[in-house]
Amino acid sequence: MAYTFRGGIHPDDQKAATNKKAIEPMAPPKQVVLPVSMHIGAPAKPVVKKGDQVFLGQLVAEAGGNVSANIHATVSGTVVDVAPRPHPNGSKVLSVVIENDFQDTPDPSLHPLDMDAMTQEEIINAIREAGIVGHGGATFPADVKIRSGLGKADTLILNGAECEPYITSDHRVMLEQTDDVILGIKVLLKALGLQKAKLAVEENKADVFSHVEKLLPADGSIELCRLKTKYPQGAEKQLIFALTGREVPSGKLPADAGCVVFNVDTCATIARKFRTGMNDIRRIVTVSGSAITAPRNLEVRVGTPIGEVIEAAGGFKEEPNKILMGGPMMGVAQFDLTAPIFKGTNAILAFCGDEAKGSKTPSCIRCGRCVEACPMRLMPTYIYLYGEKGNLEACEKYDALDCIECGACTYVCPGKLPLVQGIRSAKQRILNARRK
Amino acid sequence: MADLSKLTVSSSPHIRHEDNTRQIMVDVIIALMPALAIAIYVFGPRALTLTAVSAAGCLFFEWLYQRLMKKPVTVGDCSALVTGILLAYCLPVSSPMWMVLIGDAFAIIVVKQLYGGIGKNFMNPALSARAFLMSFPVIMTTWPAIRTKLPLFATPDVVSSATPLASLKQGLMPNASLTDLALGMVGGSMGEISALALLAGGLYLISRKVITFHTPVAYLGTVALLCFLFPHGNGRVEFMLAELCSGGLMLGAIFMATDYSTSPVTKKGQVVFGIGCGLLTVFIRFFGNMPEGVSYSILVMNATVFLIEKVTRPRKYGFVAPPKAVKTPEGGKSK
Repeated sequence: MAYTFRGGIHPDDQKAATNKKAIEPMAPPKQVVLPVSMHIGAPAKPVVKKGDQVFLGQLVAEAGGNVSANIHATVSGTVVDVAPRPHPNGSKVLSVVIENDFQDTPDPSLHPLDMDAMTQEEIINAIREAGIVGHGGATFPADVKIRSGLGKADTLILNGAECEPYITSDHRVMLEQTDDVILGIKVLLKALGLQKAKLAVEENKADVFSHVEKLLPADGSIELCRLKTKYPQGAEKQLIFALTGREVPSGKLPADAGCVVFNVDTCATIARKFRTGMNDIRRIVTVSGSAITAPRNLEVRVGTPIGEVIEAAGGFKEEPNKILMGGPMMGVAQFDLTAPIFKGTNAILAFCGDEAKGSKTPSCIRCGRCVEACPMRLMPTYIYLYGEKGNLEACEKYDALDCIECGACTYVCPGKLPLVQGIRSAKQRILNARRK
Repeated sequence: MADLSKLTVSSSPHIRHEDNTRQIMVDVIIALMPALAIAIYVFGPRALTLTAVSAAGCLFFEWLYQRLMKKPVTVGDCSALVTGILLAYCLPVSSPMWMVLIGDAFAIIVVKQLYGGIGKNFMNPALSARAFLMSFPVIMTTWPAIRTKLPLFATPDVVSSATPLASLKQGLMPNASLTDLALGMVGGSMGEISALALLAGGLYLISRKVITFHTPVAYLGTVALLCFLFPHGNGRVEFMLAELCSGGLMLGAIFMATDYSTSPVTKKGQVVFGIGCGLLTVFIRFFGNMPEGVSYSILVMNATVFLIEKVTRPRKYGFVAPPKAVKTPEGGKSK
C-alpha cells in the first residue's frame, strides 16, 4: 500500500531519458552570476565590491533579514561586477558576478563540523551561515524552516517524491549520495530535537527502495515510505497528508500540522556543510526534453548560465520552441540563456514543439475534471470564470488563495482553458487589492 | 547557438493532456451507435435518415447562428452533432422531418446558443427540444409498431401501437417479454428502446472516462429500489426490470443526466442529481398523468444544478472551521 492524497493527475513521467544516468560534474564556467534573490524572502546584501578577490565558498552577500539567506562564491576568482543581471524569473536582479580563476581555492575559514559536539542552536546557526535553502524549488531558507518547527513539529519528512515529469536530479542524489542524505537527516533530526524521520519516495523509483533500504541506520530512526506515483505528490501539503493524514490549516505553515518537510538534496547539502564545511554552492540539474542532444544529470555550480548548462548536455539537437527552468508542470519559461542556475533549479528542459497545445476557442464544458484533479479540493472552473468576470469577491469565496498553482486543472482541461493561469492572476489581484 | 528570438514564453503548466472537447463528443457519438443499430433493425432505414437529418440540422443551426452573430464557428467540436442524435433518439421514428428541424433549431439556438453556447446552457438541449415539440402531441405520442415499413423522408401515416410504458402505467406488466424489452424489440421512441445497447454505450463511456458511474448508478438505482419496493401487485423483480428497460430511462440516465453542461461538476453532486432524477421519474410514472417522466425529471433537476453544486462543494484541504458557529450562507462548510 502506497501513501497518497485525493485528486491529482498522472502525466507521462518522461524520466527514462535520464533516470539511469549517473550525475556528472560539469566543468565550472568562466563566470558565475549570483543574484541576491535566489531564495524566498528578503534579498541578500552584497558584502563584496568590484575588484575583490574571493575564495570558493566565501560569503559574497549576507542575509538581508530574518527570512533570507547568505550567498557564497561558487568559484574562486575576482568579482568583476555587482550589478543587475537577467534572472530566471524574467526580470533583472542585482547580482554578484565572479570571474573564475579555475583554482577552486576554498575559503580557509571553512572546516568540517562535528554535529555530536554541537548544540541544537549551533547546528541551526551553521545551516544559516551556509546559506542553505530548499532545493526542491521553493528555496525557503532551511534554518527558518527548522525554527518554525521547534516545539511544534513531531515529524520530519524528507521529500524524495520528485513528482514532476522529466526531472531525475533528486532520484540520482538518493542513489549516488545516499550517505549524505542520511547524514543530513541525522543533522536535521538533532536540529529539530526529533527522533524519527520519514523518507518519502514515489513508487516509480524502484531502484531507490532496494538501494536505500540497505543503508538505513539500524536504529529505525529513518522510515522509508512508498508514495503512489502521482502529480503533485511532492507538493508539501499533499505529502504531509499522504504520510500523516494531517492537513496544513489554510494559510498556516506545515509546522502547524506538526511537520517539517525538507527536500532530499537540501539534506545532502546540509550533510556536505558538516562533512566538508562547504556552503550551498552547487546543485544537481537534470537537462532533458525533446530539443536536448544528450539528456543527462549534471552537478552544476550555482550561478552557471543556463546556456552553458545546455551546451554541457550536447546543446540543442533541434530548434527549441520553449526552454524551461524546472519541470513542465510548474517550471518557468526562459528567454535569456545568460540567466543563471540558482539554488532551486532542479531541471533545465528544452522542447521542440508546443507540448501545451491550446485551442482557438477555449471553453468550459463543465466536465468537472478540474474539480476531480485539484489536490486542494477547490473548484478551479468557478474561480477561473469568476476571475475572468472580475468578480474577485467570488474568487476569494471559492478559496482562490488556497490554490497551490500546481497546474493539474489546466493539464486535464479538455476545453483547454488556462485555468491555473487565470487563478494565479485572480490571486494576484486579490492580494494587490488587500495591500491598498 | 539556436535562434532564441522565437522562444515561446508562457506561464506553467507547459504540458497538457491530449483529451479535448471534440474527442469527448466523438466518444459519446460512438457510444450512441449500438442503439442506432438496434433502431435501424427494429424500425428500418428511416431510423437512420431521421438521425442524420436531426444531426445535420443541429450542425447547420449552430453554424448559422455563429455566422450571423459573428462568433467563432465551433461546430467542429461535434457537440451539436451529439444534440442532434440525442433529439432524434427521443422522438417517434415516424416524426415528420420538418418537426425534427424545428426541434433542432430550438435546441441549438434557444437552449444552447442564446445562453452562451457549449457549457453555458443550463438545460439539456435535446430534452428541452423534446419538451417543446410536445406542442405536437399527436405526432409525439404516435408510436409505430415495430417492423412497420416507413418511408425514408416523407411523413408516414401510421397508427399508434401500445408501448410497454403504457401498460406499466396501468400497473400491468407489458406484453413483451423481458428479453424483448432489454433488447429493444418493442415500440417506443426511436433510440430509447434497447436498454442493452444503451448500457453497452454507457460502459464504453465509463471505460473511456468520459463519464463516471455516479449519475447513472444513482439514477437507475433509485428507480430500481422504488419499483422493487412498490411493485403494484406484480412480481417485484420482474416489475423492477420492466420499469428499468422501458421508456427513456436508460437513454436518460446514461446520456442525458450525464450531460456535462447541465449536471453537477462535483461527484457528490452527481449522486444527488441522479437520486433526484430517479425520484422524480418514479413519481411521474406512478402518479403523473403522462406515461413517461424521464425527460421532465431531468429538466427539473437541470434547474437545481447550481444549488446542488453549492451544497456539495468539496471541503477544501486545510479547511478551518470559523471560530464562532455563525451561520454562513454557503461554501467552505464541512459536509
